[in-house]
Amino acid sequence: MTITLQAFNKINDYEWEIPADYRPDMRVPVRFFASRRLLEDALGDRSVEQAVNSTTLPGLVGRVAVMPDVHQGYGFPIGGVAATRYPEGVISPGGIGYDINCGVRLLASVIPLEAGQPYLEDLALALDQKCPSGVGVKGGRALKPAELENVCRQGSAWAVKHGFGEPVDISRTEAGGCLDGADPLSLSHQARERGQGQLGSLGAGNHFIEIDVVEQLFDAKAAAAFGLVEGCLALQIHCGSRGLGHQVCTDYVQSFQDAVRRYNIKLPDRELVCAPMDSPEGRNYLSAMRCAANYAFANRQVLAVHAREAFEQVLAGKVKNWHLRLVYDIAHNMGNIETHEIDGRKLKVCVHRKGATRAFGPGAPGLPEEYKASGQPVLVPGSMGTESWVLAGAARAMELSFGSCCHGAGRVMSRSAAKHAVRGEQLKRELEAQGIHIRAGSLPGLAEEAPQAYKDVSEVVKVVIETGLAKKVALLKPLAVIKG
Amino acid sequence: MKKLLPEGFREVSHGADAALEVWARDLPGLFRQAAQGMYALMGATPTRANSTSRTLSLFASDDESLLVAFLSQLLFLLEQESLLFTNIVLELQPGNLKATLEGIPPGSIQREIKAVTFNDLAICQEERLYRVSIVFDL
Repeated sequence: MTITLQAFNKINDYEWEIPADYRPDMRVPVRFFASRRLLEDALGDRSVEQAVNSTTLPGLVGRVAVMPDVHQGYGFPIGGVAATRYPEGVISPGGIGYDINCGVRLLASVIPLEAGQPYLEDLALALDQKCPSGVGVKGGRALKPAELENVCRQGSAWAVKHGFGEPVDISRTEAGGCLDGADPLSLSHQARERGQGQLGSLGAGNHFIEIDVVEQLFDAKAAAAFGLVEGCLALQIHCGSRGLGHQVCTDYVQSFQDAVRRYNIKLPDRELVCAPMDSPEGRNYLSAMRCAANYAFANRQVLAVHAREAFEQVLAGKVKNWHLRLVYDIAHNMGNIETHEIDGRKLKVCVHRKGATRAFGPGAPGLPEEYKASGQPVLVPGSMGTESWVLAGAARAMELSFGSCCHGAGRVMSRSAAKHAVRGEQLKRELEAQGIHIRAGSLPGLAEEAPQAYKDVSEVVKVVIETGLAKKVALLKPLAVIKG
Repeated sequence: MKKLLPEGFREVSHGADAALEVWARDLPGLFRQAAQGMYALMGATPTRANSTSRTLSLFASDDESLLVAFLSQLLFLLEQESLLFTNIVLELQPGNLKATLEGIPPGSIQREIKAVTFNDLAICQEERLYRVSIVFDL
């Protein structure tokens, strides 16, 4: 059945809801956070149908929330947030994604643009050399089996213990850079094998490292807390759990095909397969997912240290203070056990965020002391060549979206269409003409990530600001992009 | 309407990821075409090196699960052992696949496929052709 605009109840200009009685198999309503134009974009692919499908999972509470950067995924839409009652509700690997704990890390500096500008090309080259990127690329250090197990158990703390970073980095990482309950016994041999060689690598696809300038501040107090200085350089790292995470999701989506039959769970799409969290299958997946999440935290921690080394190599002796300070590290493909107030009652739930960022507001538990007043930093990278946003989580996100917000611009054009519409070489020239240095492993890959393939990130951000899911803190403009 | 070859694949548009439509006269052919289509999506081209043999034995509860398991194994072997399989011989029985594979290292790979998904995956048989659409996570 094709879903049209008529299926939605308009709550206000930026909130639209499909009620739970729209389709007989829906268990909860689905709330879209979108302008009318963004909602019409969503109706152009299958993301609305996928959001409705995701409301059929057993044990859902509240509503499924859909962010304004939504686009078609597989099973869940990208930009979907769903919470299931813990522990009797289900967990769905497809609701978290193959790149478990794919996320963004933002580092700030006090390097003024005019001091760093002459060295941008050298910085991009040094970052490219120190942060391995590309398809199936290995990291700089092969882990022994026991080391991999420690990475999976300890996450960022393993990296800091082994000289990759500073203790303060851990507190400025979501969940302290480590999810409890990660048991490497839940990983397949193949997941382990893939994980051993890839720590400290960026990968390919839409993963990137980007040097930005802090173009504008909107909330001086929050920006000061985050360490963001107008006119100074910043750095974003976007990547995840590499082959280990992909293999965990592959393994469990495969094995849950039988679990749904065992637990008599009926679903409209096989990619939505799930298992009760208090079942052996559910517990094993939770454990493996946490291993992959911790691996991703450690991966971004190691990459950040290599980025710091690149800055030191290029800028030492030329710029007064080249240090990169971690602002925050956030996940946007994750399953977290959290407590939320639903219908006036505090409930423990598993929040599935698939292409959605945690956005805890002021005073929320688990935030570092320095961010308690502002709310957590929410990082919203734009498409390549366009601006990115630093937001702060707000109280309404806790009421409306299980403390979640958008994670990027969101695709509006398929990769194949982008490749036909844009030539990688020409795009590189155009971006360089705008003063953005590009280092890309694959020119066709670059074309797939062209800015015109994405929604306008400013419009996406406007929605989350208008609905109160987050507050504006700073606008970043890109200066150099390194892609796998 | 353009006449289809008896076996083949073509890329179909998908929002953020990539999808293939695959067809063949029998199931082993469908699996082989799916493998070739996946390699084509990745822009993986073979070199002229000596080939290496591998065998696979996979079990799953239905043909779709076998297809995902088979393609996922090929992704794993490409990433971990740098093997692109140019000769694929398959025996398929309900719930079981045996493969004899000849592979060589790829020259280059343009695009990473993270995983093979079950999204709307259903092998169907119509007009003496097996057909399937496969969505890949990029």
